[in-house]
Amino acid sequence: MAVITMREALNQALREEMLRDENVFLMGEEVAEYQGAYKVTKGLLQELGPKRVIDTPITELGFAGLGVGAAMVGLRPIVEFMTFNFSILATDQIINSAAKMLYMSGGQFKIPIVFRGPGGSAYQVSSQHSQALESWFAYFPGIKVVMPSTPADAKGLLKSAIRDDDPVIFIEQERMYGHKGEVPEDTDFTVPLGVADVKREGTDATIVARSVMVPVALKAAEVLQEQGVSCEVIDPRTIRPLDIDTIVTSVKKTNRVVVAEESHPFCGVAAEISTEIMERAFDYLDAPVRRISGADVPMPYAKNLEALAIPTVDQLVAAVKEVAYLE
Amino acid sequence: MSKQSLPSNSRAAADEQNSVAVIDAEGPETGQMSVEPEAVKKDQKRHLADYDRKTLVELLRQMLLIRRFEEKSAEAYSMGKIGGFCHLYIGQEAVAVGAISAIRKDDYVLTSYRDHGQAIAKGMSPDAVMAELFGKAGGCSQGKGGSMHLFDKSIGFLGGHAIVGGQIPLATGVAFASKYQGTDQVTLCFFGEDAVNQGAFHESLNMAQLWKLPCIYICENNQYGMGTSLQRAMSLHDISQKASAYEMAAEFVDGMDVLAVKEATARAVERARKDYLPTLIEVRTYRFMGHSMSDPGNYRTRAEIEKYQERDPLKVFAASLREEKVISDKDYEAMEKQVQEEVEHALRFADESPLPEPEELYTDVYASPITPGEHGLK
Repeated sequence: MAVITMREALNQALREEMLRDENVFLMGEEVAEYQGAYKVTKGLLQELGPKRVIDTPITELGFAGLGVGAAMVGLRPIVEFMTFNFSILATDQIINSAAKMLYMSGGQFKIPIVFRGPGGSAYQVSSQHSQALESWFAYFPGIKVVMPSTPADAKGLLKSAIRDDDPVIFIEQERMYGHKGEVPEDTDFTVPLGVADVKREGTDATIVARSVMVPVALKAAEVLQEQGVSCEVIDPRTIRPLDIDTIVTSVKKTNRVVVAEESHPFCGVAAEISTEIMERAFDYLDAPVRRISGADVPMPYAKNLEALAIPTVDQLVAAVKEVAYLE
Repeated sequence: MSKQSLPSNSRAAADEQNSVAVIDAEGPETGQMSVEPEAVKKDQKRHLADYDRKTLVELLRQMLLIRRFEEKSAEAYSMGKIGGFCHLYIGQEAVAVGAISAIRKDDYVLTSYRDHGQAIAKGMSPDAVMAELFGKAGGCSQGKGGSMHLFDKSIGFLGGHAIVGGQIPLATGVAFASKYQGTDQVTLCFFGEDAVNQGAFHESLNMAQLWKLPCIYICENNQYGMGTSLQRAMSLHDISQKASAYEMAAEFVDGMDVLAVKEATARAVERARKDYLPTLIEVRTYRFMGHSMSDPGNYRTRAEIEKYQERDPLKVFAASLREEKVISDKDYEAMEKQVQEEVEHALRFADESPLPEPEELYTDVYASPITPGEHGLK
């Protein structure tokens, strides 16, 4: 297996799926001639041509809705948001059109569309450009929400998302595009949606982490291992539908759980996971479920303040010790 | 009969000079049309010879069917058989019927929540529409959409969308797909005049012209966005002019004249089919009923409504056909009877259709459901 970046893995997934199915097309701001604001779409215009790789005006609501309309009659659009912050402008079409079309048409119109792009915290881009919006989208039945944490998952999950018949929100962590990992070269390689992955096995406590919090959790697990605490790290990979069974199975084994996320805590995904654990595995818990989330403030610009707003390895280590009653 | 900005060599341009039935295109400052019913009829009659009898009779029949269907819907709503919102099309029948008569069966139609007329004109059975209004399993959307979300994939009727302007980007995407797939299908996108104030309208028109998409944007200007008149909501009242911001072809047409709407749409369809060019058509019309069934309508005067009712598109067209002997009084009576029966049948069908099964609550949320992750305690 080749070691490549998450950016390259995503690029491979796009290329392979567009070569596989000519109904798949890609549109978004700067995806074609500029080669992608984050270079995820590099080379696609040259290989696949302007019919399939389309630069849009800065008109998020418009092109998101255009994608949904195209999906109603047989195309499989991939709509890139230059960052998910801009998807806020398109939420009417994502939520009111894409998520609900199948249901309110009595099953007549499926919407096979992928909305993808970078999300979450970045590097000092301040409040309007550093947002983790997964809980917004995951709130709505009809949508699937995917957040990969490794290059291999990124490739395999994006390929599955493109082949899926439902609208998929695919959030790539902006700080992870350069992360490297082994990625299968087989064009048939996919990772199924809705299946969590055990990123590290352990016996004493479970850490549920997604996206950029997975490497943080793995680092914390290493630190804790040195202190004699064995952590299991579960990456749901798909936020909706959530593979709660894998999480609950782990909690039943370890009896202790910390849910980590970089998003705001209030009404967040960790809150939902905590509730589901309480509903399904309350009797197995030896300590209350603990959450570690991003600060409940708009993201500040100043480097020191920004660092304080994003969960750290130390915070996670402390939280696990708390549920293990070690501190 | 109509005002057109592009192209200039069409029959419409000639009509503009000859016609007596031009609506005041400077905007409805008075809230009233500038022509009398007799003038519309006179103009309509001059065009009857362009059509065979079958076409004319079918246009009348569809308008009558929609009128009677909507009257029956109002009755059923009052009886509590229809819930939620119910937006009636009475007064605007010439728009849906005229425009949709200018496209093929395999073309697409999308519209707003005021969608009963377009659905029927596109060929949906009144049975399936009424059953949907009743929230029954026999409805076109299996009772899950309701009045505002009528859908029928088999006839290219792509909804019924209930966020003002939401269908405009969707229709643009449907047209995009037709061009991508290399077909010559066109898409009609209907919306009310207040949707023009939404960003979705402007974003869509820009892309449609930029990328040359075969979408025909039909603005049904009934002059009120719910209870707010056009004058209170829009700085530029001549909506067709807004197309010029995107270098798009545009027409202004009398929505009380079914033939005028049909002809304007036909010209736009030709542009769309041949050259993938979009058009904005402003159709000046008037709704005779409230915004929805719960609207007391105290924002407009009785006199204003009556003034427009004199130009009732159904009555005027029926009179044109009868006076020109296209149909006899007896023909019209027979048509009334047949339409009444069709509507009565729809009512019976809706009444007798079963409610959706309780398990339908959880179907059609996902096209590819993933069981391991299903969550939320049911």
